[in-house]
Amino acid sequence: MDHVFAPFGEAWQPVSRKLATLRTVILLVTVGVLTLVAVVLLGPLVGWRWTAIPVALAVIALVWGLWLIPRNWRAWGYAERDDDLLVKHGVLFRKLSVVPYGRMQFVDVSSGPIERRMGLATVQLHTASPATDARIPGLPPDEAARLRDRLAALGQARAAGL
Amino acid sequence: MSDDQHGATGREPVSGAQPPPAEPPGDEAAAVTETRQRVRASFRGAADHTPEHFQRLHPLTPLFRGWGFLVAIVVFGGQDAWRYGDPGRLLMIVPVAAVLAFVAGFLTWWFTRYGFDGEDLRIDSGVLHRRSRRVRMDRLQAVDVVRPLAGRLLGVAELRLEVAGGAQSEAPLAYLSLDDAIALRAELLARSAGIAADTPEAPERLVHEVKFGRLVGSTVLSGLFISGVALVIMLVAVGGVFTFGSDATGLGITIPLVVPGIIGIVAALWSQLVNNFGFTLAESPDGFRIRKGLLDTRAQTVPPGRIQGVAIKQSLFWRLRGWVRVDVDVAGYAGTSQANQTSTLLPVSTYPEAVDVLRQVLPGADPASVPLVRAPRRSAWLRPIGWFRLAFGADDRVIVAREGVFIRTLTIVPHAKTQSVRMTQGPVQRRLDLATVWVDTTPGPVDAVIRHRPPAEARRLVADQAERARLARRVDVPEQWMAASSTRVEVGDGDGTSAASIGTNGSDRVSHHDEKQDPSGHSDPG
Repeated sequence: MDHVFAPFGEAWQPVSRKLATLRTVILLVTVGVLTLVAVVLLGPLVGWRWTAIPVALAVIALVWGLWLIPRNWRAWGYAERDDDLLVKHGVLFRKLSVVPYGRMQFVDVSSGPIERRMGLATVQLHTASPATDARIPGLPPDEAARLRDRLAALGQARAAGL
Repeated sequence: MSDDQHGATGREPVSGAQPPPAEPPGDEAAAVTETRQRVRASFRGAADHTPEHFQRLHPLTPLFRGWGFLVAIVVFGGQDAWRYGDPGRLLMIVPVAAVLAFVAGFLTWWFTRYGFDGEDLRIDSGVLHRRSRRVRMDRLQAVDVVRPLAGRLLGVAELRLEVAGGAQSEAPLAYLSLDDAIALRAELLARSAGIAADTPEAPERLVHEVKFGRLVGSTVLSGLFISGVALVIMLVAVGGVFTFGSDATGLGITIPLVVPGIIGIVAALWSQLVNNFGFTLAESPDGFRIRKGLLDTRAQTVPPGRIQGVAIKQSLFWRLRGWVRVDVDVAGYAGTSQANQTSTLLPVSTYPEAVDVLRQVLPGADPASVPLVRAPRRSAWLRPIGWFRLAFGADDRVIVAREGVFIRTLTIVPHAKTQSVRMTQGPVQRRLDLATVWVDTTPGPVDAVIRHRPPAEARRLVADQAERARLARRVDVPEQWMAASSTRVEVGDGDGTSAASIGTNGSDRVSHHDEKQDPSGHSDPG
């Protein structure tokens, strides 16, 4: 359907399905807590009838989020080519980055508390340009470690001055 | 260059500030050993005693750095004394503070020493908290000699070394005697180029000089100056209209409002006329040398291959005279507090002069003759004013992007300096069947953005640009731009044609090398 953001040659590697699960959990918890707070505050102050508004908003947010999350998850993809790494993401605002290995300054692997519990990690490449947008979330730790080592090795081998 | 590539998580540096020059294949083991030794040496360095041959800064440094502190003491002490109506307090506080400041300044000066330790410049400083900093010479991006007004009177200068990634000048040596600063700069550049450290300063050739008249004209025609003058005239006129006879209330109200206009005028004068006074751009085997300044003077040296991108800008009123200014991205300049001053390649020149300078700054490229392709008409939906100015073009050396109606901008990025390439598409762009391509460079005033292209073209551009950047990187100016062994061997690079061009490149450097060692070619720029 989308030939513009198709990879150059290879197929996109998808990120772990668990990324969608993770985001769903975060969505449910955030919306749940916010709705609860709103209901508890609004109820005694202006009458329980008005709590229908935050509840309705919560339902809209949930439906929209649950529709968007899988689409967003499917939009993530990366491909390792001989000389550069491709990363694409985004549904509404679509982005595709091409980062040559030789331009890499360092690689970050990070994993937040919930990410860690779900067995996920994020790999990010940094170049000398702060605008470079090469972040791959939702990788299984083994894949993240493999990618990090491979990127570091290729960065070393293809290294160029600034 | 990390020793530890198997850490569980966290930052995994590929190298310090930038990737190292490629090692020949097969020597990897040796390279790793060398890295380990270097890492160990630098750890030992921190605990090491400063070597005997290291030098101190100029003895006037404590006085120079302390005067601001003294002024603060006098001001606060004066306030204090005035409040208590007792000038004796001031007379007590100031000498005590002055002695303390002098002792602190003296200790700082005593414990700060610099010198070359192996290949690196090392600066040891700190009285209680010792700090030992090393600057790798092959990573040097620029060297500036800055002379504040008072420093010029006393014959001292500050030497600033710029390396990529620093939030500020990584190693400012303030202050040195002018002779020491110039000698050290020559040594830094020689070591950075990869030739003998005692090579005298290379001769230079004047490329461009900004005449005083044009500098004044460009200041007067700047937007800031014109809007400042317009504001002042308007307010005085309005005040005058509402002033009847001796009743000056109208002027009384509007005169204070004039202040922002005057601030604008002074800022315009300062940023263009004072900072860029006597601007000269010269070329030498060391790189480009820029000298400028009326009160504080600044002499910048940017070695070959350190310019990451160039932007030609023309503000609205400069169009009357056909003037442009040229800004550059140099890694290391961005992030310094004076980035807007240091990133100027030409403060004002005509377009043909600017193009001529660009041909010399980006050797082999001719940005003005790159054919440009306009954005499609439907991009007017997203940019009603100025869609017809959106255009881009590329040849085998540079990519050129044009935009802007009120401030016309032409951005030029050499393929070899491309850090990454991105394509983005927002919801409205998708509806219109458009996409934007970004060619990322190091931080600075130059950003190559190619807006609103048909997606198929944008996609082809991304693929082509990645490929062009890959090929260009192989033949780019090496970091040690004069080293005899500058032939760079890329791992896994079996391409015959590019190897040949690397070869010629290398022999070029050698001939430069000879020229530089010629002792008759000695010059002494201030």
